[in-house]
Amino acid sequence: MPLLEIKNLHARVEDKEILKGINLTVNAGEVHAIMGPNGSGKSTLANVLAGRDNYEVTSGEVLYEGKNLLDLDVEERARAGIFLAFQYPIEIPGVTNAHFLKTALNAVRKHRGLEELDAMDFLALVKEKMKLLEMDPGFLNRGVNEGFSGGEKKRNEILQMAMLDPKLGLLDETDSGLDIDSLKIVANGVNALRSPDRAFVLVTHYQRLLDYIEPDFVHVLSGGKILTSGDKELAKHLEERGYGWVVGKDAKAVGV
Amino acid sequence: MTETNQALEEITGQEYKYGFVTSIEEDRIPKGLNEDIVRLISAKKNEPPFMLEWRLRAYRHWLTMQEPTWQNVRYPKIDYNDIYYYSAPKQKAKPKSLDEVDPEIRETFNKLGISLAEQERLTGVAVDAVFDSVSVGTTFKGKLKEMGIIFCSFSEAVLEHPDLVKKYLGSVVPYSDNYFATLNSAVFSDGSFVYIPKGVRCPMELSTYFRINASETGQFERTLIVADEGSYVSYLEGCTAPMRDENQLHAAVVELVALGDAQIKYSTVQNWYPGDKEGKGGIYNFVTKRGKCAGENSKISWTQVETGSAITWKYPSCILQGDNSVGEFYSVAVTNNYQQADTGTKMIHIGKNTRSTIVSKGISAGHGQNTYRGLVKINKGAEGARNYSQCDSLLMGDKCGAHTFPYIEIKNSSAQMEHEATTSKIGEDQLFYCKQRGISEEDAVNMIVNGFCKQVFKELPMEFAVEAQKLLSVSLEGSVG
Repeated sequence: MPLLEIKNLHARVEDKEILKGINLTVNAGEVHAIMGPNGSGKSTLANVLAGRDNYEVTSGEVLYEGKNLLDLDVEERARAGIFLAFQYPIEIPGVTNAHFLKTALNAVRKHRGLEELDAMDFLALVKEKMKLLEMDPGFLNRGVNEGFSGGEKKRNEILQMAMLDPKLGLLDETDSGLDIDSLKIVANGVNALRSPDRAFVLVTHYQRLLDYIEPDFVHVLSGGKILTSGDKELAKHLEERGYGWVVGKDAKAVGV
Repeated sequence: MTETNQALEEITGQEYKYGFVTSIEEDRIPKGLNEDIVRLISAKKNEPPFMLEWRLRAYRHWLTMQEPTWQNVRYPKIDYNDIYYYSAPKQKAKPKSLDEVDPEIRETFNKLGISLAEQERLTGVAVDAVFDSVSVGTTFKGKLKEMGIIFCSFSEAVLEHPDLVKKYLGSVVPYSDNYFATLNSAVFSDGSFVYIPKGVRCPMELSTYFRINASETGQFERTLIVADEGSYVSYLEGCTAPMRDENQLHAAVVELVALGDAQIKYSTVQNWYPGDKEGKGGIYNFVTKRGKCAGENSKISWTQVETGSAITWKYPSCILQGDNSVGEFYSVAVTNNYQQADTGTKMIHIGKNTRSTIVSKGISAGHGQNTYRGLVKINKGAEGARNYSQCDSLLMGDKCGAHTFPYIEIKNSSAQMEHEATTSKIGEDQLFYCKQRGISEEDAVNMIVNGFCKQVFKELPMEFAVEAQKLLSVSLEGSVG
């Protein structure tokens, strides 16, 4: 059974139809990159899967581990193992990273039938994960994303992902706003999380992220549909020829 | 919360039916207000002549005053002749054990983490004579006495320490101060009195919890705290448990006096009955609280968490008279359903190099209206005065309101003033972010609100801060989504 199966998904934001029939199958262990020009619907797809308000599914079906994903609330999806790394991580002033992360982790653990972690075990775990992302432990006592630089915010997203141990990681333009050093650190963090039980969907505009996180499949999204799919070579073609090359071609949606 | 309060109301209503009527008649004086009533109150309390004269002066002055209308709150006209101004402690039919107390009330207690003994005290369960808080209270009282600290009811102070009362009563809030303070001066029932002698650091938080006869101080409470030179005291007022009271109008007065190098820290958690979801009933809490930093290098710090009452109308203030004295005001005010709050502070800078800090956090939910009103006044002689003000408002939903009225009067050009103000909505984005991490909506709201209030909560004594956080979450339950 695939981890995620998207069938003919249509969705709109307010009155505007953005996704116009997406078909995509993701198996555990795979990394899929979704590329496309601005406004093609890449971020919308990630947000629809996470269950954000204001994104209305008008038709189609999404199965997650064989069950109807669209029936679940946002927090239920998160606890079931769907993690969205935000393009613009949100600030929550006055709430420390440590408190936020511990609350989230224990909510997720409780759902999975695991014991809640106490402060000591939590600290030990989070410090180990922070090393991987070259983060200073001082981050734990700062407000969630409060006054963080762009790079710090993105690293913080990957830290949260590492802690919450999802089955499906959705990375929404994680490379945007990152300098090359931060990009490498973030990519290393993601690569360390790759495993046969976990899949990733990377939404990105540029090829450069894929130099560091090598995808198994690349899909080109434009006008709310997947126009073409291929392996990592497709991304390189795009880099050379631009999106015009695919969009200009006789559009045909290819499932994987 | 509202349901709990309704349940609470039902219970207290029942008590009224059974216990009250037979035993109370003889100890209640007639409704209404006139000189005879004032004399009667004073006589019932065996007060010395100076006290009666003071009450009468206040009453005569009150007759010449008009009820204020400038505040940003709405309520029906109060008939001052339809109020009982004196009644002896009420005899109630007490539940025999907590099992007889409404399960919803107990649920609220449990959410607040209130101990069983405290639950029994609050619900009026009849307990044995050797009740924890009383014996603990007595033990503490002995220890305080050894250090020369006076901590007793106001009535007791009038009888036992008349010179101190005479010297400081009305020295910060004169009997002619304002409509409600003047009314209080004429008819106040009881309250607390604290005196900390020179150079003594009070070794524990003084709170109404440990005061003998703490309950039933009534609707016109009066508190006077005097910290003599070089002394320190931290005083806690109120309780986080839901408080139900038959009296709709509460007009309390609190006066603080800090002499040279003395410090007073006054923390309040107010959770009176706020009225039901439609805005019926609830307490009108019209309070005058003011502290005077009379001596050099003295400091007064007000911290308040206001979640209850239908209407809250109070401005804990500091008169910074001594050179280098410091005034602080940290406030969280919550209005939910149809609650209204008009609260803030006044910082009056008189001495040189006086400093004041104001941090106000207003949270509005439901149809709640929350107003911050503050005055910072720098007098001519206040060389080098400084003020920092920060007023933040958080809105939950789209039917509530937040209003900010900062007033500034500066008569000395060396003053340094800073003012920051923000208004934000609990963002859909913040909620989505929390929920996407697996956190429930309720926990997410609590987390965001507590983060918003953090600057104020960290000023509260530790246990109080923990209780205040829980109280906030109970008060705002179900206000989003």
